[in-house]
Amino acid sequence: MNWLYDFSYLTGGIHNSLSEHFEPSTVTLIEMILAGVAFMILFAILGLVLVYAERKVSAFFQQRLGPMRVGKWGTAQTLADVIKLLMKEPLMNKNADSFLFNLAPYIIMIAAFMAMAALPFAKGLHALDFDIGILYVSAVSSLGVIGILLAGWSSDNKYSLIGAMRSGAQIISYELSVGLSLLTIVVLTGSLQFSTIIESQANGWWIFKGHISAVIAFIIFLIASTAETNRGPFDLAEAESELTAGFHTEYSGLKFAFFFLAEFANMFIVSAIGATVFLGGWMPFHIGGWVGFNNIMDYIPPIFWFFGKVSFIIFLMMWFRWTFPRLRIDQLLTLEWKYLLPVNLMNILIMAFLALMGWHF
Amino acid sequence: METSAILFYTIATIMIVFSLLAVTASKILRAAVFLLFALGGTAGIYFMVDYFFLAAVQLIVYAGGIVVLIIFSILLTSHIEEKMQKPDIWKIILTSIIGFAGATMSIHVITNHVFTPHADTGVVASMDVIGEKLMNYGDSGYVLPFEVISILLLAAMVGAIVVAKRNKPGSND
Repeated sequence: MNWLYDFSYLTGGIHNSLSEHFEPSTVTLIEMILAGVAFMILFAILGLVLVYAERKVSAFFQQRLGPMRVGKWGTAQTLADVIKLLMKEPLMNKNADSFLFNLAPYIIMIAAFMAMAALPFAKGLHALDFDIGILYVSAVSSLGVIGILLAGWSSDNKYSLIGAMRSGAQIISYELSVGLSLLTIVVLTGSLQFSTIIESQANGWWIFKGHISAVIAFIIFLIASTAETNRGPFDLAEAESELTAGFHTEYSGLKFAFFFLAEFANMFIVSAIGATVFLGGWMPFHIGGWVGFNNIMDYIPPIFWFFGKVSFIIFLMMWFRWTFPRLRIDQLLTLEWKYLLPVNLMNILIMAFLALMGWHF
Repeated sequence: METSAILFYTIATIMIVFSLLAVTASKILRAAVFLLFALGGTAGIYFMVDYFFLAAVQLIVYAGGIVVLIIFSILLTSHIEEKMQKPDIWKIILTSIIGFAGATMSIHVITNHVFTPHADTGVVASMDVIGEKLMNYGDSGYVLPFEVISILLLAAMVGAIVVAKRNKPGSND
């Protein structure tokens, strides 16, 4: 059971057995393919699980049961939905720009894949460990907005275009707050590398060690990342009552499924980053100095800690969506530029002062 | 061929093809997307030589920033059925001659230059080193250019706000 606590046993074992039979370059190629397939499987599973979770959570918030017919408690409902989506006819407007129309879903998916590659899932289970980890993730996730803009423009539909413009303005604005709230913690860690950030939380998570500043940063991160993933109450890019479905109005079948999947994948990515930076990633709940307590916590494998924390943040985001009413576009931009951004900048200053005086734990 | 060579030639081909497509595409948004791919290829090259910081900056500034800005302005100004006019034959010929002249000159210089391999491999551009250099006002610091560029950006932003500012109601301009 050692591999459950440290995945480098597993990954190292695969690497060694491959190295015995192949040349180094072939080994790299095989490992790249293996990692790619693993991420694709994770992507598919995430889609299935999160769509089901969203429907169940929304149902419970509205005092309904949600999907109950397909499988026990409706667990096979999303599988049935997938089959339905695969069988749908892919439609396109006559005047649509077919090249960009088909390209847009892939750009969004590629951005999500590239961001996911840098996430640390458990000890030793980490595909890319750059020393610029957080910078890299925010760089590649900023590519997703291009897919949304292209989708809106190439559909030749005014609802799509308005939805894309709203979405673009929203994502570009809120990217700032996401980046700055993460920087607040980077001030404490002194590193952008995910593995170092996690190691630095071995004696307590930053949200507890970083005083009130870290809590403020976490709240700002939650708000801004909910907005960045175009989820309610910030889903005015696809406001059903005004814009039918926003930028993906004209998409059907598998291409629609890609947008849908990318939304949930992005939700998972921002939750994973939040969990890693603020809540210690796969690091178990430790309190500095309590050796016995820490040892008991270490019995729970890191991968369960990681997915537990991510599920917690995802639940928070679903809670937002089904609790708050949707914002108007001017309210949305006011919230970002007049409230979140100034608070964020002040918060970084306070955090830098705390770090300089060594007042954090 | 080595793996890195294959990788390099693949990325280089992608960049060249998309650069050509970016200037020859008849639809302006397609041109912007081809430009995005060419810029992404540059980031790929930086990733290949392990210069991750510059690669990420390339993605943020060019792909995530400038191309998004270009796409935004296209979204605001042009319609999907618009196509760019075919330029004059003379313009095509003249620009191709100038382009070829520039390209041959660059290739000539690069192929004839003798690159002497350096003994020291230089500093590893880790995040710490970059951060310290950027904020250092000592001998090897870059805080002055950093600040000058910041002021330039600030001036550009103030200028943009002044240009975009609505006049007071009642005034005639």
